[in-house]
Amino acid sequence: MYLTVDPIELSSLMTRVQSSEQGGIACFLGTVRNHHGGREVARLEYSAYQPMAEAECARIVTEAQTRWNCTVALEHRVGALSIGDIAVAIAVASAHRDEAFTACRYVIEEVKRRVPIWKREFFADGTVEWVGSGAVGQRGSEAVDGEVTPASVQDGAAIR
Amino acid sequence: MIDALPTVSVRVLLFASFAETLGFDELELSLESPATVGDALRRIQTLPGGERLPHRPLCAVNLTQVTPSAPLTTGDELALLPPLSGG
Repeated sequence: MYLTVDPIELSSLMTRVQSSEQGGIACFLGTVRNHHGGREVARLEYSAYQPMAEAECARIVTEAQTRWNCTVALEHRVGALSIGDIAVAIAVASAHRDEAFTACRYVIEEVKRRVPIWKREFFADGTVEWVGSGAVGQRGSEAVDGEVTPASVQDGAAIR
Repeated sequence: MIDALPTVSVRVLLFASFAETLGFDELELSLESPATVGDALRRIQTLPGGERLPHRPLCAVNLTQVTPSAPLTTGDELALLPPLSGG
């Protein structure tokens, strides 16, 4: 499982990749910052398309381990986060540092590019925005007719 | 007697800003067979709020990213993905 609703502990990722053949561990932590676009951020929430996010994370880890002969641990937090919380953590162990640094960089870049996770920022001024969508979030509930039938939220397809 | 046209039934999932734009996050969609992701998109864009979706959003079928020309078959799960912002 790569997604977690619980706080991320870097030490647990390091323990998972550590072994006596490895000469080093490179780590990256993405943390929640208190500003975006010059505005003060109060808190944020991450939601995910969970089954696809898990599958995509698994593919990225496999790619990195195959390409650089390293061992990778990856966790991404979902749900409500506070300023300073760890949102994503990566630990990469390898025999030599070059592979560890390179693979670690690859994993974070691919996570940002490919994993279906969405960040919603709650600003100090009370506005709420989905990052990257360029619009203030609004709750709408419009009726739909014809052969298209909205179904209720169910079965953990999304973490919200 | 006229036979009903063959149809393709898929489950559509909407996430994040897209779910807010349309007001729901899941629907069952019946399309005339044969159907593509692009056909499903055009139908969804006719729903209330659907005109505010991007013309070509990122899409996935059964957990893998696809292009609008990808075919749909009954039972597929089609996900419309707003711009990703993880990490």
